[in-house]
Amino acid sequence: MSLSASDITVGYDGRIISEGLGLDLPEGRFTAIIGPNACGKSTLLRALSRLLKPRAGAVLLDGRDIHSWPAKAVARRLGLLPQSSIAPDGIVVADLVARGRFPHQRLIRQWTAADEEAVAAAMAATGVTELSGELVDTLSGGQRQRVWVAMVLAQRTPIVLLDEPTTFLDIAHQIELLELCVRLNREQGTTMVAVLHDLNQAARYADHVVVMKAGRIVAEGEPRQVVTAELIGDVFGLPCRIIDDPETGTPLVIPRSSIVRLT
Amino acid sequence: MTIDFGRRVVVAKPVGRLPVRPAVVCLALAAAALAVGVLALSAGEVAVPPGDVLRALAGEGSQAYRLVVVEWRLPRVLLALLIGLALGLAGAIFQALTRNPLGSPDVIGLDKGAYTGVLIVTVFAGNGYHLVAAGALAGALATAVAVYLFAFRRGVQGFRLIIVGIAVSAMLASANQWFIVKVDLQAAFAAAIWGQGTLNGLGWRQVGPVALAVGLLCVALTGYGQRLALLEMGEDAAAALGVRVESTRLGYLVIGVALTAVATAAAGPVSFVALAAPQLARRLTRTAGVALVPSALMGAFLLIVSDWLAQRAFAPTQLPVGVVTVAVGGVYFVWLLIRQGRAS
Repeated sequence: MSLSASDITVGYDGRIISEGLGLDLPEGRFTAIIGPNACGKSTLLRALSRLLKPRAGAVLLDGRDIHSWPAKAVARRLGLLPQSSIAPDGIVVADLVARGRFPHQRLIRQWTAADEEAVAAAMAATGVTELSGELVDTLSGGQRQRVWVAMVLAQRTPIVLLDEPTTFLDIAHQIELLELCVRLNREQGTTMVAVLHDLNQAARYADHVVVMKAGRIVAEGEPRQVVTAELIGDVFGLPCRIIDDPETGTPLVIPRSSIVRLT
Repeated sequence: MTIDFGRRVVVAKPVGRLPVRPAVVCLALAAAALAVGVLALSAGEVAVPPGDVLRALAGEGSQAYRLVVVEWRLPRVLLALLIGLALGLAGAIFQALTRNPLGSPDVIGLDKGAYTGVLIVTVFAGNGYHLVAAGALAGALATAVAVYLFAFRRGVQGFRLIIVGIAVSAMLASANQWFIVKVDLQAAFAAAIWGQGTLNGLGWRQVGPVALAVGLLCVALTGYGQRLALLEMGEDAAAALGVRVESTRLGYLVIGVALTAVATAAAGPVSFVALAAPQLARRLTRTAGVALVPSALMGAFLLIVSDWLAQRAFAPTQLPVGVVTVAVGGVYFVWLLIRQGRAS
């Protein structure tokens, strides 16, 4: 299942964010989209996930304009964790996760063994099985985010897009979530695309990094080739050094400091 | 493999899984509404014992009882159930779309608009039942369109819809007042009676059209499946799960407005049922968000009980059912305040 953007122009109301953007997402790989605030990375993700219709060009799912697919058919192929979702009052974890099965259900055949299996597996993968009967309102931020991720996993799609999935999570939960993405990618061949803020996490876990600045894609490729001091300095306006991550050997961005510590 | 949903669930293969508590509550509400219906059929100027009521419904028993029960009282009971059902559904739709327990059709001005329509029709064309119904229908629909257009900005946001609705509602209310002061006494009086919301004087002639309209709208609602619950999770989440957000929401709005318009055209503005039914049902069933079926049954139950009270509380004086629902609504708000006071 391939997903690509072909020469798209996207924006909101009168404002154009990106013009003539082209991107081929490598199938079966983990792609991270990085870039400074307001560079258009979330907008690109919204366009890729058909939440935003391009004004020109097209997003192609399996070679066909994504807006020409039936809505449920897209949802069986492409899952999305949006930036903000609202858990209805009084919903329990298992019910919320089960809503991820909607694209697979028909009007008269609502709940099948496959649904049960997918929901249980998604909860197990995200470590929320023991919370299944709890109210979502009573969970901590980290637990709640894992429940939303479980809902997306229950959708069982070959492509999963995540819009800033690690925001609101503490460092331990961030790492846990990213490693879960890598595992899914490796074990099930799921194409993963995540908008990430942390360059080091992107370099460590993604196979493919897309760097954006002011609505354009300025570089893409393997982390080692893309994450260089020159590029980071240029894109983020941040002087830095790059060293090898002692844990994984991937590039590690060390910002330069203009302050001398007084101790 | 079984998943703990935190409550008891009956798995009915291959159709689905049915949480026990909501199912029990729904059955109980339906049974209670029907029981009150039988009570309403048996009580009145001519008391018919419940046993004879059932016999008359089955087409047996004495001619006189059949006349009283089937010809006189049954249409009113059916209309109370149907209109209550429609109001409960409309309330649930609006509350789910706006994600706000105040987002009910009577709060956003549909009733007031229907009243304006009725006033205009009564003044310029007369006060025949069908004319008045047509005026109510047109008024409610026009108000809905106006609220929708004012509230629309890159899609409809729930809160915006409520605020705009309240503003439109206030303007229409003052316009209605002005009308009543200005028009001749006869017309004002007729319109004011309609404006209280009543089932008095309704018969078999009204049952057919109302049943047909409510039935068709229910079929349309069923076609949308559980999309209303998905819309409650936010536009992006719903779209990601394969809901066409704009068109689906518009479809729900149209159905909700139509249900309100039909109910209002038939019986006048009956307030509070649409507002209270979804929330009361939710507290009994403990479902996530507002659910359509329990809200509909709760609406039917509330209206049949209110109408029975309206007929019997000060018998032989008949109150308009709207007066009773407003009183019940007051009790509901007090209860809500006490609950929230305890919670905080």
